[in-house]
Amino acid sequence: MECIIGIKFNDFVLIAADMTNAHSIIVMKTDENKLYQLSNNIVMAISGEKGDTTQFAEYIAKNIQLYKMRNGYELSPTAAANFTRRNLAEALRSRNAYHVNLMLAGHDKQEGPQLYFMDYLASLANVKYAAHGYGGFFSLSIIDRYYLPNLTREAGYDLMKKCVKEVHERLIVNLPNFKVQMIDENGIHSLPDITAKALATP
Amino acid sequence: MARRYDTRTTIFSPEGRLYQVEYAMEAISHAGTCLGILANDGILLAAERRNTNKLLDEVFSSEKIYKLNDDMVCSVAGITSDANVLTNELRLIGQRYLFQYGESIPCEQLVSWLCDVKQAYTQYGGKRPFGVSILYMGWDKHYGYQLYQSDPSGNYSGWKATCIGNNSSAAVSSLKQEYKDNEMTLKDAKSLAIKVLSKTLDMTKLTSEKIEMATLSRVDNKTVIHILTSAEVEALIGEHEKAEAAIEAAKKDQKQKA
Repeated sequence: MECIIGIKFNDFVLIAADMTNAHSIIVMKTDENKLYQLSNNIVMAISGEKGDTTQFAEYIAKNIQLYKMRNGYELSPTAAANFTRRNLAEALRSRNAYHVNLMLAGHDKQEGPQLYFMDYLASLANVKYAAHGYGGFFSLSIIDRYYLPNLTREAGYDLMKKCVKEVHERLIVNLPNFKVQMIDENGIHSLPDITAKALATP
Repeated sequence: MARRYDTRTTIFSPEGRLYQVEYAMEAISHAGTCLGILANDGILLAAERRNTNKLLDEVFSSEKIYKLNDDMVCSVAGITSDANVLTNELRLIGQRYLFQYGESIPCEQLVSWLCDVKQAYTQYGGKRPFGVSILYMGWDKHYGYQLYQSDPSGNYSGWKATCIGNNSSAAVSSLKQEYKDNEMTLKDAKSLAIKVLSKTLDMTKLTSEKIEMATLSRVDNKTVIHILTSAEVEALIGEHEKAEAAIEAAKKDQKQKA
């Protein structure tokens, strides 16, 4: 039911997550934040079993902060993704698995922008763009059509808007609001939320 | 008096010393010499080989220089059997990090982890410290080329050029004299290593079977580790002898003129 979308461009990466918190068939709230800051240049978007998501994201975030304190430098997005995968994979084979789907977006001075896709079975893939949830059925085809690696920040944000608009139009589930963040060489930047309300007023 | 306090590593002497650790360091100062030199375009380790016997089967291509992972090499001075245990531990630490993070372990972290092991053996009961000092050379994306040294107490430090083992203080002082900060190339470092070794090893003639040498450099964003063949070492020794002979001749010339 939830939706996460990530798109990587030449010198920045966009990540968006819906803001709906639903319990059974009831919408509890539509302003929840599912984006977690792991370090100065890595963001994790996470969905899945409620409780597991917060617990797992905070566990990873704190461990990445611990690494920085111990060693004086931060983990690269690639290392952070591998670390996250390892933890998820080890939990999966224990009695208390985390049922979470996530995406990692980061920027590295050496490797540039990075986007990693990971599901609850701890499969990891480095991708140009990807989506979790039913929203992906509609948004991926839009990205396939309009994606160019050299889009500007504004054009990239517009592409994300197009995706959300399609989700609003075609998906039966009510996901009115999306939180968006952009990560580039200067760090993490919050962009305006994409909301049904704002999309309705041209 | 000392006898009461030097039987156990865990006990301080009244002067506040740990005799077993000091004895371990003493053992290393009799071991074969190792030296490392940092250059702008790479880094080098050289070691003295003690076990030379023509009857010895060549099971090991190198006796004292070990590759730890894709980006690091170490050379050991001290008790070889202890060193084997430690290099095994070093490789395990490196692989554990690679397993967890999917990247090569940063140099200082590897050294630091091993020093935690070494330190534990100076503190916990019934154990003797490792009689091994290690020189590490490596590359990582955080700090580039690095040279570290660790000793039996579990202390470690980073260097531009240093030496462990027999006669190491003499070698360090001659390195101090000859090392040119930020001007060394790997080629300069090689000839400097031979020069310093020929002084410290106290042999009339250096031979390639007495010396092991390895270099580490970056080519096309990949670490290249090269253990020099005996022919390459022989060539370096030849160059060194030629240079020495030239200096000697120049000296004689000047004397005659005077």
